[in-house]
Amino acid sequence: MPNPTRIEINCETGVESIIELTDAEVAELAYQAELAAEKKAEEESAKAELEAKKQEVLAKLGLTADEVTALLA
Amino acid sequence: MANTFELIASSTVGAGGAANITFSSIASSWTDLCLKVSVRSNNSDGNVYDQINLFFNNVNDFTTKVIQGSGSTVASYQPSGSGVQLPIITGNSATANTFGNFEIYIPNYAGSTNKSFSIDSVNENNATTAYSQLDAGLWSNTSAINAIKMQPSVGTLFLQYSTAYLYGVKNA
Repeated sequence: MPNPTRIEINCETGVESIIELTDAEVAELAYQAELAAEKKAEEESAKAELEAKKQEVLAKLGLTADEVTALLA
Repeated sequence: MANTFELIASSTVGAGGAANITFSSIASSWTDLCLKVSVRSNNSDGNVYDQINLFFNNVNDFTTKVIQGSGSTVASYQPSGSGVQLPIITGNSATANTFGNFEIYIPNYAGSTNKSFSIDSVNENNATTAYSQLDAGLWSNTSAINAIKMQPSVGTLFLQYSTAYLYGVKNA
């Protein structure tokens, strides 16, 4: 099975080239995707944690988010 | 304010997808650059979105401020350094045949000062969950930008029919 390709457009000549990735580039791509997935999972987790804390505060105050919005309006 | 748009180059991803799209040998003839992109990645991690790793002159090292909203929650954060994931795009768990859109505007891209830029992006999804994102970025580099590369962060391919259009903008 051939490796994936990349697209390079030379803006000076207007020539578009479709170039097959080398094995090293494919390995690097997989590694970078793995790192990005980890980073994305961390960000999602941080967002969920923040949201949970907000809900916790609202629960302690005995208010809903809509009620807080109305109070601040 | 720059007011004349000229298409420098464009590309449409063919069958089989593309790992990245690069605009190279960008001349310094314009005042600003504007990149308009519609893409979908093969990310299928269960989230409806993916992000982009952006490179100027093959360097991915930015300082950014990000606001990301889903319609019910909003997050504000400051990713920086290498490996920064910038515009949000549509991943392969989103509704079939939807594509995320983003625009990158780079004023004074050929100047000899650090380069600021802005990005607005959305991941299209014909369902409840969808995101929009605004990025304010700084590339601390005084070189003229002569190459822009973008690749999916979590996915490994842009899917067929993804498109990218690079415009040069002049202020006269």
